[in-house]
Amino acid sequence: MSGSEPDPVSRPKVPVEKARRARRKFIRSAMLLAGVLGTSLLGVLPVLRARVQRLRPPGALDEDDFLASCIKCGQCLQVCPVKAIRLGDIDEGAGIGAPYIVARDQACDFSCDVMQCILACPTGALTKKKPNFLPTREGAGMARLPVLKARVDMPEPAIDLKERMGLARLTRPEACLAVQGKGFFGPARGLAFKGRMRYTHLNRWKPIAVRDHPYERELCDLCVTECPFKDAIELEAFTDSGGNRRFRPVVLEQCVGCGVCEMICPAEPAAIEIETRAVWKTNGEGG
Amino acid sequence: MHRLVENFLCMLGVEPKKPGRNSGQISEEVRRIMEIKREDKSRIKEHLHEQARLKPRHIWRKRRWIVLAAVNLLFVFSFWLDIQLLEGALTGSRFAGFHLIDLNAALQVMLAHKHTIVNLIIGTLTVFLLWVMLGGRSFCSWVCPYHLVSELTEKIHLTLVQRKIVTEHEFHRGTRTVFWLLFAVLAFVTGYTVFETLSPVGILSRALIYGPGLSLAWVFLLLLFEVFWSRRAWCRYVCPIGLTYGVVGTISPLRVSYHVEQCFHEGDCRKVCLVPHVLDVTIKGRATEAQMGLGPDCTRCGLCVDVCPTGALLYEVKGLSELL
Repeated sequence: MSGSEPDPVSRPKVPVEKARRARRKFIRSAMLLAGVLGTSLLGVLPVLRARVQRLRPPGALDEDDFLASCIKCGQCLQVCPVKAIRLGDIDEGAGIGAPYIVARDQACDFSCDVMQCILACPTGALTKKKPNFLPTREGAGMARLPVLKARVDMPEPAIDLKERMGLARLTRPEACLAVQGKGFFGPARGLAFKGRMRYTHLNRWKPIAVRDHPYERELCDLCVTECPFKDAIELEAFTDSGGNRRFRPVVLEQCVGCGVCEMICPAEPAAIEIETRAVWKTNGEGG
Repeated sequence: MHRLVENFLCMLGVEPKKPGRNSGQISEEVRRIMEIKREDKSRIKEHLHEQARLKPRHIWRKRRWIVLAAVNLLFVFSFWLDIQLLEGALTGSRFAGFHLIDLNAALQVMLAHKHTIVNLIIGTLTVFLLWVMLGGRSFCSWVCPYHLVSELTEKIHLTLVQRKIVTEHEFHRGTRTVFWLLFAVLAFVTGYTVFETLSPVGILSRALIYGPGLSLAWVFLLLLFEVFWSRRAWCRYVCPIGLTYGVVGTISPLRVSYHVEQCFHEGDCRKVCLVPHVLDVTIKGRATEAQMGLGPDCTRCGLCVDVCPTGALLYEVKGLSELL
């Protein structure tokens, strides 16, 4: 349409205009395609870049498979008795709508006993039985099925959780009250804390607010006593540099990484934290 | 069969064809009807005068908005009030225990994850059958929350266009088909459900049920684009969900049907329609049969049924209507 045509009569104006409009429409459409696709791929970037991983609910597949299979419906969130699960926002890219847990605010304390979130998941993003073609990372699998303290007297005390969510680690030993030789008295996280937990000796089916359950401990051992699992964490005696006999929490192989210890730790910020998707290394010191 | 294929291609982006005047495509009955109409100009003129001051009552739109609100509120209250009747969000849910999975979301997950479990298949099949019965893209206009907000902001857009403050920009309808293919390929190749990061349907549904978030900004941007640039752009040119449900509705018995005998070819229906190409059949000389179902791209929203002053467009359940 350069206008170099010598005979204007043979090129009536209308078809030229029509062709021009069609071309513009085509270019516009291509730009729309590029724009929307580009934006959608931006959504994948945060996941690829920031490997600061979210703590996923129990039974989550490995991160990539989890994001691929999660249909972002939030049914897991709806069935959680302690409302531990939140859904990702658009700034998490492909993690949008996918469930995660902020253990410090509200850990999964397994107070539903049966992992309702896994039962609710329609796609198997949270699952008790991983499909065969997905391998288990070394050290992610539990050596034995974890035993819930709340179920020790029941015929089937273990829950069917084959892989851990992560591992607890004493990230700030200097802040740990036990390491300092201190006790703890009062509500674990202060009166403003909204987190809830099941106290089996009060009511095994009704979690209550942590602030309504004050503690009295001559030596702080909340991370050990409040851990929902058997043989997951214990206090170990040691002698500090000043020659005092002290104690520190040691994470054991049966830790599933649920984060109750991180939630309950009275130190601010928490002395013990969950390392998301960390694996158990047999030669290492727990975690 | 021929028309089924033609309608399907039209949904993918091909322009609907004009039937040849003497090609024998136009049935004898339609020819006779058109002949009668030509000789009856005075009656048509009279009718037009009568209709000039009548406003449509929008009965179907009212019903549709009530249904749309009810479905979405059922999701919301099932969670808020713990009724547990319809748990989950639009992408995946459980109605009284039965799995329901959005077809496009299921497709994305299957392609990205390359593995399906029984619950996913059950939920997908249930929803598939449901929308085969209820007309495929009926999902769009009767359930999708984005459709509603977009329908409301469309009024602003139309006002702005009418006052010549903004110009209408059309895209090629085939763009949506390309989007559908590319999002499918992307899911398969990247292993992420790429479309879900942007889907305003999922975002809005989750925002309603679980509370608002940053992602609503994206929905807001889309609406701005539609208000100031292009009418109903997301639904018309982008949304792969719409195309997925459109394909499902190809053989659906529930549809809007066009009766050429009642039609005065005024074109009001095409002005209100989200997918006006399905109504090209109402242009004078396009109808080939006395009664024709609109193509699968029709969202069965009923705006045309409401707006048609002569009752030429009606909801119809194929087979059932003939029996009654």
